[in-house]
Amino acid sequence: NKNTPKVCIVGAGPAGFYTAQHLIKSRQDVEVDIYERLPVPFGLVRFGVAPDHPEVKNVINTFTQTAQHSRCSFYGNVNVGTDVSVKELQQAYHAVVLSYGAEGNRRMGVPGEDLAGVHAAKDFVGWYNGLPDNRKLHPDLSCETAVILGQGNVALDVARILLSPMDMLKKTDITQPALDLLAESRIRRVLIVGRRGPMQIACTIKEVREMVNLPDTRPEMVAADFKGIAEAVKEVPRPRKRLTELLLKTALDVPTEKEQEKRSKASRVWGFRFFRSPVEVLPAPDLSRAAAIRLAVNRLEGSGEGASAVPTGEVEDVPCGLVISSIGYKSLPIDPLLPFDSRKAIVPNTMGRVQKTAGVYCSGWLKTGPTGVIGTTMNNSFDTARALLEDMDSGALDVSSAKPGSQGVTPLLEKRGVKPVEFSDWEKIDNEEIKRGVAMGKPREKLLSVDEMLHVART
Amino acid sequence: MSAARRLLRFNPRLLQSRTNKRTAAVTGAAATPPHTSVGNAVLFSGSAQCRRPEGRVTVHFINRDGQKITTSGAEGDSLLDVVVDQKLDIPGYGACEGTLACSTCHLILEQEVYDQLGHIIDEEQDMLDLAYGLTETSRLGCQVCLSRSLEGATVRVPAGLFDMRRADSSGSSSSA
Repeated sequence: NKNTPKVCIVGAGPAGFYTAQHLIKSRQDVEVDIYERLPVPFGLVRFGVAPDHPEVKNVINTFTQTAQHSRCSFYGNVNVGTDVSVKELQQAYHAVVLSYGAEGNRRMGVPGEDLAGVHAAKDFVGWYNGLPDNRKLHPDLSCETAVILGQGNVALDVARILLSPMDMLKKTDITQPALDLLAESRIRRVLIVGRRGPMQIACTIKEVREMVNLPDTRPEMVAADFKGIAEAVKEVPRPRKRLTELLLKTALDVPTEKEQEKRSKASRVWGFRFFRSPVEVLPAPDLSRAAAIRLAVNRLEGSGEGASAVPTGEVEDVPCGLVISSIGYKSLPIDPLLPFDSRKAIVPNTMGRVQKTAGVYCSGWLKTGPTGVIGTTMNNSFDTARALLEDMDSGALDVSSAKPGSQGVTPLLEKRGVKPVEFSDWEKIDNEEIKRGVAMGKPREKLLSVDEMLHVART
Repeated sequence: MSAARRLLRFNPRLLQSRTNKRTAAVTGAAATPPHTSVGNAVLFSGSAQCRRPEGRVTVHFINRDGQKITTSGAEGDSLLDVVVDQKLDIPGYGACEGTLACSTCHLILEQEVYDQLGHIIDEEQDMLDLAYGLTETSRLGCQVCLSRSLEGATVRVPAGLFDMRRADSSGSSSSA
């Protein structure tokens, strides 16, 4: 029906799906098409959420229902920016919502960052989660110590995957190549390093508790890092208070007998290191790879969430063979005609309406920056959908003229030799992965390359 | 292939607090079917087979817009079960389907009801820490089970982020 309002969404992760869901639910006439670069949907739910957090992936069920709705269509294997331009999408649809997230990295910006043995957390996570672009990572896990820069939940996921017992990991959907490499890992100690102090740590309590409870591991913290913390914790809001109390307990309290026994038998060590910033990755004598990381020692100025790290001039070298930089994902611009704030690495917007660009909206990390759990993204996306719906109602977004929707896009794609993957094609990939998983005792065995995905999709 | 993907999961923490009809001990194959919803559409209810018609408990939900909805559930149903089974219009409610991996089933209880429910396990407290509009009488709906003593209770759906921060387009401070 040419006269129905047609919206296209770029990116089939949680932001894209929650935006689609809210639009479809709120108006009975709106049609939504979701374009996705990869043949497979779900974005970071598939490629970011840790393999041992399957409950978090339950949102896939509600996204699947949305994709199967009669007024929603999924077009995988379409790269907006190279296969079709945003301008062409604007011509075909009444509104375009950019929800393509953050596929780049914040760099540390230090010498030695490109040595072998140094990886961005996004790439390491992509590697164990089967992101096709990261399948050739081949991290070297033959060293004893790994240092992770950053103390957010991604850093803790990496630490946990590096130190988890194999019999826990082998029942998850972690990729088999990653499992095989981790089985041979000689890493026994993981340090998770942050610029500031215990009360500025960015991770959440669930993830810290998982480290504390991780079998066959013991914590190793620096008591001096916690000076003054027990006093300061009394006045802070509940989430920060509970998290800090858990850190204090883990770092300072005399352990119970049971915990002491666990610690004495543990073969693996993990710990937070505070007040440290990376200044250089030091190479091995043959210059081929990382052998240590040089850290600047900081002191804290101010207190609470806004405290800043100030270098003292002192440095400290930590020998290690694996350096994982977990200091943030980063959105990238996909079309030079769209406004992009390179400082914040977001698309400039007001409540999801892209500035100076009528008819274009954004949701998810592209809108607000790369932080937040799935619930945050849900609210963020509903917010954008509401702005779009308001604009439809008020006439700010003109939906009276007929637009072709996907019928204006698929001929362009065909001409360019691009064949979209439909949702039913993804279901073939899904079935194949589950089938392969059964043979391995895992929920699924992911296909690891775009070629393999397309092959199964086309069969 | 069925529309809802059945994810294998075993959550011992839920079994610890009560008998949960929606999770099952998993040794390999089928788990109890999850509740799934798009807006109000529900695929199926995991608690249907355990429902006893004579054990219904009435509860009132105050939605975000102030609207009061009177509904009921079976004894043993969680408040999340009630929202899903009764198709209450609360967008995004129960994203992780009752597995203590999100805070979207957050509800605000009356003081007396909150007090009589007793001890809250760490895992629920950890998720409540992330909930918007947390109060002294907040609970996760997936962890609160209906019983006779909840008869006539009123629970409030808290304001979401978009209600509380309309003018602010910047991100939250929690990490991924």
